[in-house]
Amino acid sequence: MSALFLLIGISILVAGSFLVAFLWSVRNGQFDDDYTPSIRILFDDPEKSDTTSSSKKK
Amino acid sequence: MCGGFFIFKTLAIHISKSISVLCYHCGDVCDDISISANENNFCCQGCKQVYLLLNENDLCNYYNLDKAPGLKAKGKFVSERFTYLDDDAIKQKLVQFSSNNQVNVTFSVPQMHCTSCIYLLENLHRIEPGVIKSQANFQQKEVFIIFNPTEITLRKVVELLAFIGYEPYISLNDTVSKKAPSFNRRQIYKIGVAGFCFSNIMMLSFPEYFSGGNIDEAGLKATFTWISLFLSIPVLFFSASDIFISAWKGVRQKFLNIDAPIALAIVVTFVRSYYEIISGHGAGYLDSGTGIVFFMLIGRWFQNKTYDSFSFDRDYRSYFPLGVTIINEGVEKNIPVTQLQKGNRIILRHEEMVPADAVLMKGTANIDYSFVSGENTAVEKRKDELIYAGGKQMGSAIELEIIKEASQSYITQLWNNEIFNSKKNEERSFIHPWSRYFTMILLTIAFATLIFWSIFDPAKILPAVTAVLIVACPCSLLLSATFTYGNMLRVFGKNKLYLKNVGIIEALAKINTVVFDKTGTITQTKAAVVNYYGLSLSANEISVIKSVTRQSSHPLSKIIAASIQDVPEKLLPVNQFKEYTGSGLEAVVQNIHVKMGSANFVQTGTDIIPHDTGTSVHVVIDEKHMGKFQVQNQYRKGIGTMVNGLEKKGFDLYVLSGDNDTEKENLHKIFGNAANINFQQSPQQKLDYIQYLQKNNKTVLMIGDGLNDAGALMQSNVGIAVSENSAQFSPASDAILDGANVNKLDKFIAYAKAGKKIVTASFILSILYNIVGLSFAVQGILSPMIAAILMPASSISIVLFVSLLSSYTAKRKGL
Repeated sequence: MSALFLLIGISILVAGSFLVAFLWSVRNGQFDDDYTPSIRILFDDPEKSDTTSSSKKK
Repeated sequence: MCGGFFIFKTLAIHISKSISVLCYHCGDVCDDISISANENNFCCQGCKQVYLLLNENDLCNYYNLDKAPGLKAKGKFVSERFTYLDDDAIKQKLVQFSSNNQVNVTFSVPQMHCTSCIYLLENLHRIEPGVIKSQANFQQKEVFIIFNPTEITLRKVVELLAFIGYEPYISLNDTVSKKAPSFNRRQIYKIGVAGFCFSNIMMLSFPEYFSGGNIDEAGLKATFTWISLFLSIPVLFFSASDIFISAWKGVRQKFLNIDAPIALAIVVTFVRSYYEIISGHGAGYLDSGTGIVFFMLIGRWFQNKTYDSFSFDRDYRSYFPLGVTIINEGVEKNIPVTQLQKGNRIILRHEEMVPADAVLMKGTANIDYSFVSGENTAVEKRKDELIYAGGKQMGSAIELEIIKEASQSYITQLWNNEIFNSKKNEERSFIHPWSRYFTMILLTIAFATLIFWSIFDPAKILPAVTAVLIVACPCSLLLSATFTYGNMLRVFGKNKLYLKNVGIIEALAKINTVVFDKTGTITQTKAAVVNYYGLSLSANEISVIKSVTRQSSHPLSKIIAASIQDVPEKLLPVNQFKEYTGSGLEAVVQNIHVKMGSANFVQTGTDIIPHDTGTSVHVVIDEKHMGKFQVQNQYRKGIGTMVNGLEKKGFDLYVLSGDNDTEKENLHKIFGNAANINFQQSPQQKLDYIQYLQKNNKTVLMIGDGLNDAGALMQSNVGIAVSENSAQFSPASDAILDGANVNKLDKFIAYAKAGKKIVTASFILSILYNIVGLSFAVQGILSPMIAAILMPASSISIVLFVSLLSSYTAKRKGL
């Protein structure tokens, strides 16, 4: 049964990493605007070969 | 925004639905199909110019994403309008970050309305290489721009935005409050942490419940409970901090608010649980305790959804220009409007706003007061005439001398009234008196339990009394209100009534008197009906009238020109065109002499033309009086039904109009002959009238638009500002309502009243839950498992109950 102690520790670490990921994404502003990015992704890049800076900076 | 163009637009759509040529850029009807490029037609040169610019930069995708997405170009572009942006002090206030080769700035762009807008705003760098990056935020209606100051100035960026139709809304008032988003994030952090801790503690509690409290494995029970203890610490000190702060504030003001019993329950739960865990007696109630915090935070977040892109607290400063051009001995200089003094001479160009009461010194003023009074026709002013602040000059530049400082002007002194400094509708919820009773009853029960057990079994005092405080947490009580009102807020929002906060719903439910403004509220500001009365005109004469009125920039001429649709496409050449300020115009077309204007102006020797009260333009062709065009207010659809609905339910109705009484008969038709209708009310009179009604024990809802209603909106118990489109700015108010939905006002009030009933019903439900919980608690047999089942079950069932009921009620009320 001592495996349980280890498993509990691991489960909390895994859950904790999700919490950290969530906090990081909020801090990063990913929840600030939940509409515009869904539109932005549908825009075609211009046919010309010039690379736009849309992916360079976030 | 220019009033004239709107008249054009709505009217054109009103009068002829058969015209098929629409502007490729903005979707307006094209009067003149000669303006075209690449086989696309445009309504004006402005729209065409924007199209050409986009075409040149390969951005025509703009037109493929949405149909005719453009914003009507504002005609001739006046570059001096933004000269104040060259001022360093103003620049500094606007930009967020600035270095030698990069400047970051965020603009509010209320015109953003579709996918195409986002596309264009995010591709500014293709039009202007100096822009490094632009990013739109659709919900906030903002665009974030990074540009290179060595290639392009701030002023040029704003001019570019204005040219393509997205003139940013710049106000020094708004730039001060830039801290809102980080506060919101903090709330989400708290929910995230509470959710994480709650779910893990719940999981760790299961072995305890399933084994009936006897876990055989040595040390396992202690491990579970100690991990729970550590997990609960951030919930107590971080997530729940707002509840404690709010409760403490209430206690300090000797007022038990709803947070006080919740804070008490949380403290008791955690302290007892910590005691049990540390002393090794039991598992405590940490799952219930963290659960309470988690559900409370979710409820608050749900209720506090606000309409970020709206501003409910604007005063006149938000509307007035930031900078003005003053002229001193022939030298022009830009100064911030705050430095404007009595006696300054200023220059006002096309579409610029008069910043303070002034006297006209030079030029012909054509002042559009639509922003102040909602009147849709511009007023002509001559030299030495007084011009009030808030009007917009339409036409060529004029020179004015300031006679009053900006804050002392006719319209702005309204804000010196004390009503603007007091706060209303803040947390006066009827939940609070309830919570006080609740707390008192709760403490009584706890005290009775204490006495009872101290007589019969002193060992049970502590478990029983703490259990009472834990289980009787009023959180389900509070959740019922937060979720009902949160859901109602969304229903109102879907119907384009945007409330400032949930407190307004309760205020709305108490209303018994409704006061209407006329222009712009029950009538449409920008649309007018043009009727012709008189001798019948031949097709040729009609096209002559259209050709002549097209030449004039006077608003009435524009309305008449736009109303005439069924004529041959080509306009006729106009000769000897002459316009007489304030009277009318005269011209010769194909040897036909046309004279149009006021009754006095067109007076011929033979006919006697009667004077009339409404806005009418008489037509004289070759010295013969043909008739008149009458321009009338257009009432909104469904107003009559709405007014009837309100009358049936026993509301007292009043109309306060700043206009003259030409519409008296029509208003009586709608409101009945006995109705209280007052004309020519000044902004101050409107405010006083509301005050007078309130003194007679009426709870007043004021609905109006325009700055002249600002005082009344503020004074009333609920002030609703009507706005033609949400991009337009409206005076400070409790709610903003889209003009098209004014006819739903009766339904809105009925729904708010129904909401109160829903909350009361769910209160009763949550009290039943509390009775069940308390019956366990007073006997001292509340096990952590019962608490852990009862708590989420009651919360979730109440949330479901109120959400479904409020949505169902909305459907039944037709919202």
